[in-house]
Amino acid sequence: MMARKKPDAASAALNRELLHSMLLQRRFEERTAEAYALGKIGGFCHLYIGQEAVSTGSLSQLRPDDYVITTYRDHGQALARGMTPRAVMAELFGRSDGCARGKGGSMHMFDKQLGFLGGHGIVGGHIPIATGVGFAIKYRGGDQVCVCFFGEAAINNGAFHEAANMAALWKLPVIYVIENNRYGMGTAIERASAINDIYERAQSYDMARDVVDGQDVFAVREAIGKAVQRARADSMPTLLEVRTYRFMGHSMSDAVSGTYRTKDELEEYLKRDPIALLRSRMEEAGEISADEIAAMDAEVKAVVQDALDFADASPELPLEALWENVLVDTTSDAGAMPARAG
Amino acid sequence: MTVMTYRDALNAALREEMRRDDRVFLMGEEVAVYQGAYKVSKGLLQEFGEMRVVDTPITELGFAGVGVGAAMVGLRPIIEFMTWNFALLALDQVVNAAAKMLYMSGGQFAMPMVFRGPNGAALQLGAQHSQAWESWLAHIPGLKVVAPGTPADAKGLLKAAVRDDNPVIVLEGEMLYNMKGEVPDGDHVIPLGVAEVKRVGEHVSLISYGKMVNVALQAADALARDGVHAEVLDLRTLRPMDVPAIVATVRKTNRCVVVEEGWELCGLGAQVADYVQREAFDWLDAPVLRVHQAEAPMPYARTLEKHAKPDVAKTVAAARKVLYLD
Repeated sequence: MMARKKPDAASAALNRELLHSMLLQRRFEERTAEAYALGKIGGFCHLYIGQEAVSTGSLSQLRPDDYVITTYRDHGQALARGMTPRAVMAELFGRSDGCARGKGGSMHMFDKQLGFLGGHGIVGGHIPIATGVGFAIKYRGGDQVCVCFFGEAAINNGAFHEAANMAALWKLPVIYVIENNRYGMGTAIERASAINDIYERAQSYDMARDVVDGQDVFAVREAIGKAVQRARADSMPTLLEVRTYRFMGHSMSDAVSGTYRTKDELEEYLKRDPIALLRSRMEEAGEISADEIAAMDAEVKAVVQDALDFADASPELPLEALWENVLVDTTSDAGAMPARAG
Repeated sequence: MTVMTYRDALNAALREEMRRDDRVFLMGEEVAVYQGAYKVSKGLLQEFGEMRVVDTPITELGFAGVGVGAAMVGLRPIIEFMTWNFALLALDQVVNAAAKMLYMSGGQFAMPMVFRGPNGAALQLGAQHSQAWESWLAHIPGLKVVAPGTPADAKGLLKAAVRDDNPVIVLEGEMLYNMKGEVPDGDHVIPLGVAEVKRVGEHVSLISYGKMVNVALQAADALARDGVHAEVLDLRTLRPMDVPAIVATVRKTNRCVVVEEGWELCGLGAQVADYVQREAFDWLDAPVLRVHQAEAPMPYARTLEKHAKPDVAKTVAAARKVLYLD
C-alpha cells in the first residue's frame, strides 16, 4: 500500500499517525526502563520495544467500540489503543491516577471506556476470555470484534486450543494475534513447538489463518484489516501469526542477549527496527522530512516527560484502598442489555 | 409453599432469573440437548433457545473463560460444572480471572457470574469424583461461596447468586438433587452471607452447611432421644461467613461441633473453630470438635467409603464428647 511515488495526502497523514504511535511507545518504554532502574517501578516489567508495529498496525484498524485483550507485555498496546501516557505511567508507578488505580501494575493495564480488557499475567489464560467476549458480541447481535494478543509460547497451552475450538465452532468475531517474538522467556520456538509455522495450528479448527511480517506496520495493518472484515461482516475468527522480535530481555531482570540468544542474532534483528523501517519508507516517499521527524520525536519525548512528572506527583494510594474493589456492593435489577461495556 | 425437589428448585431459580433478565445465560457440558447431566436444566433449551442454554465441548478451562469474557462486557453467565471435581481444570479462570478482575482493574470490571455444580462425595464414585472443595474456594478473596442444603435454600441462594454483581460459587450435591422439601412460593431470594438456625436447641451447637446440614439435623434427632437438645446452625454462605450467627449460637450453648464434608487439615471447620475461639472463648465449656472426611482419598469399596465419610453416628459421638456424656 506504500506508494513510492507522489505522496498522497490522506495516506501521508495516516502514516504520520502510525509513526507517532510507534515512536510514543518506544520513547515511553525507554523511560520506563530508566524509571525501573531508579526503583520507581517495581515487580515484573516486560518491555515491548521492537514489537511496536504489531500493536500500532493492529489497533489502528479497530473502531472505538471494539475490544482488545492482551498479555502482561501490555504497555505498548495500551498506548496504541489510546490510553494516555499519564495513566499508563502512573499505573507503573503504582499511584492513584493509574489506569487501574495502581492496583494492577505493569502486567494489568485496564480501560473500560476504551474496551481495553486488560493485560493478563497467566500465559494463555486470557485467550478463552477473548472467546467469551466474542460470544457476548454474537449474543447481543453486535458487529464489534475482539482482538486478542498473545505470544507464540501460549500456542502450546491448552487454553488456546479450547478457546480456538469454541470460536470456530460457534463462529465468533475474534482475531487471535500471535506475536511470535521467537522466545517464550528463554525457550526458542523450535525447542517448544512441534511445528514452527504455528499459524497452521488454525487448520485443526478450520479457522482462517495468515502469517505476516511483524516489523512492517503496513503488512500488519493489511492482514488485520482482512481479519477484522471477516469478523465484522461474517462473524468468523482468524488466527494471525505476526513474526516479530523483542529487542529487550524477557523482563527487566533478563539480559538482552546471552544464554538463549546471541548478540549476533539480536544485531541482525535490530536492522529491522519497525520504526526505522517506517521512517525510511516515509522519507523515501517524500512524506516526511528529517526536521519533521526530529520535531515529532521532541514532541513525543516531552509527552513522556510529562507522564513521568505526572506519575511522580500522583498520590500514593491511601491504606484503606487495600480493601476497596475486592467485591462490589451491588446486585442487579433486570436491565436492558447494554450495547457494549460501560 | 410448594413441595419440590432440590433439582426442581434449582431449575425454577434458573428459569425465573432467565425470564427476568435477558443477559443471563446458562453454559456447560450437557446443559442443553441432554437437559443437564442431573436434569437441573430440564426444559430450559426449549424455553430460551440455544443462544441462552449452551452446550459446550468438554473444556472446563475454556468455557469458564468464555463466561469470564462474557461477564466482562455486560452479560451475566451461569457456568455449570458437571461436578466440581472437573472444575479443577477451570480454577485458573475462577481464581486468577473471575476473583481478581474487579480488583486488578481498579474497580472497572465487575464479574456478575455464577459457577455452579455438585460438590463432594456421592456413593462409590471413587477418589476422583468424590471431593469437597469448599475450603479451597472459600479461601479466595473476590469470590462469594454458597452451599445450600435444602430445596428452599437452593432456590433462594441461586437466585441471589445470579443477581449478585460478584462471582458466586454455588456448591450443590449429587445426593441432594432428589431431596424434597417445602419451597416458598413467589420470588424467593435469600440474602448471601446470612446463616440460619435450622433447629433450636440449648445444649450443643452443630454448625454445618450444604448436604451435611441434613446429617446434623438427623444427629440432632438422635441426640434428642437421649434428652440432648442440639441447635443446628446452617451457614448457607461460606464466604462471607456469618460470624455473628456462629458466635451467638456458641455463646448460647457453650459447646460446638462443626460438621463438614472435606478433609481435616485447613478444612472449613478450622476457620469456624478459629472464629469461635476468638469471639466466644470464655463461653466454651469444651474444645470445639470437628466431624470431617478421613484424611485419605475417597475409597471405592463400600465399607471403606462409609468409614471415611462424616455421618450421623460420628456427629452424635462428637456431640456427646463435648457434653462429656461418654
